[in-house]
Amino acid sequence: MKRWLYLLPLAAFVALAVYLWFGLGRDPNVLPSALIDRPAPHIELPPLAGRQPEKPLATEHLKTGEPLLVNFFASWCVPCRAEHPLITALAEEHGFQVHAINYKDKPKEAATWLRGLGDPYGRVGVDPEGRAGIEFGIYGVPETFVIDAEGHVRHRHPGPLTPDLVESTILPMLESLR
Amino acid sequence: MRYLFLIFALAVLPLFSAAAIAPQEMLDDPVLEQRARELGKELRCPVCQNQSLDDSEAEIAQDLRRIVRERLVAGDTDAEVKSYLVARYGDYVLLEPPMKPKTWALWFGPALVVVIGGVAVWQIARRNRQRLAEYPESDADWADDPQANS
Repeated sequence: MKRWLYLLPLAAFVALAVYLWFGLGRDPNVLPSALIDRPAPHIELPPLAGRQPEKPLATEHLKTGEPLLVNFFASWCVPCRAEHPLITALAEEHGFQVHAINYKDKPKEAATWLRGLGDPYGRVGVDPEGRAGIEFGIYGVPETFVIDAEGHVRHRHPGPLTPDLVESTILPMLESLR
Repeated sequence: MRYLFLIFALAVLPLFSAAAIAPQEMLDDPVLEQRARELGKELRCPVCQNQSLDDSEAEIAQDLRRIVRERLVAGDTDAEVKSYLVARYGDYVLLEPPMKPKTWALWFGPALVVVIGGVAVWQIARRNRQRLAEYPESDADWADDPQANS
């Protein structure tokens, strides 16, 4: 009988414990997007009425040779309000293009919301039925996608952006794609 | 009699529970609606992860139920409907994980553990038998000796 065989169960236990320990630190609500490294889904959204400039948002606008963000928001969504200054900073201080998809909202209320909180967006397309949301595989608002120069989805963040997240993930990613 | 009624009530209850589907969501065609129901049971609501699409009241689940019905009306097969959703939401929307190299550990892991354990138990049992065969008398004496166990 080889002595080291007795260590096998211990080794198996340690391996499993380490694996599960790291599993504990993961948030089970954060699921990987099915779109990562794939072309942005097909959308053709009419512009948000009552906002200047009234420009529609389609897939072709996501393939610009520059990295950009697509931000799903709605005027009825409280976390959207919370992340709005961060989105604004990304657009105005760091100079990245941010397009928005106004999700299941009333155009009038969305336009008023943007007038009140500031409007950092390049284009705002409206998605009254949430169909574009399903094309992007979102669960709710807000959600933010990083799109690269070729129009491929590189990152998805469900829920509001936080200063930490912008510093640690979003900005470095955008800079590296520039 | 009262127990009979209770048993009956409990047995029938599941038929009426489940399914958060509102009447206006349903399709007029009963065959398609039936297929939509079957799919709804196999698909997972993305925000309430332990519920199926049919069980969930979440808005996104409602939207996805509508998509399932739209695809069916458009003539999609069940598999096409599923792959439509998987393309957007990932394998996660399937309540039953697909069989592929990445999920082999999931599918075969438990059976593998049972096999390894079974082989180990069998080896140990065999070795014990061999030992018994090598020292039959001492073991027999030991077993017969009333003081050995005290």
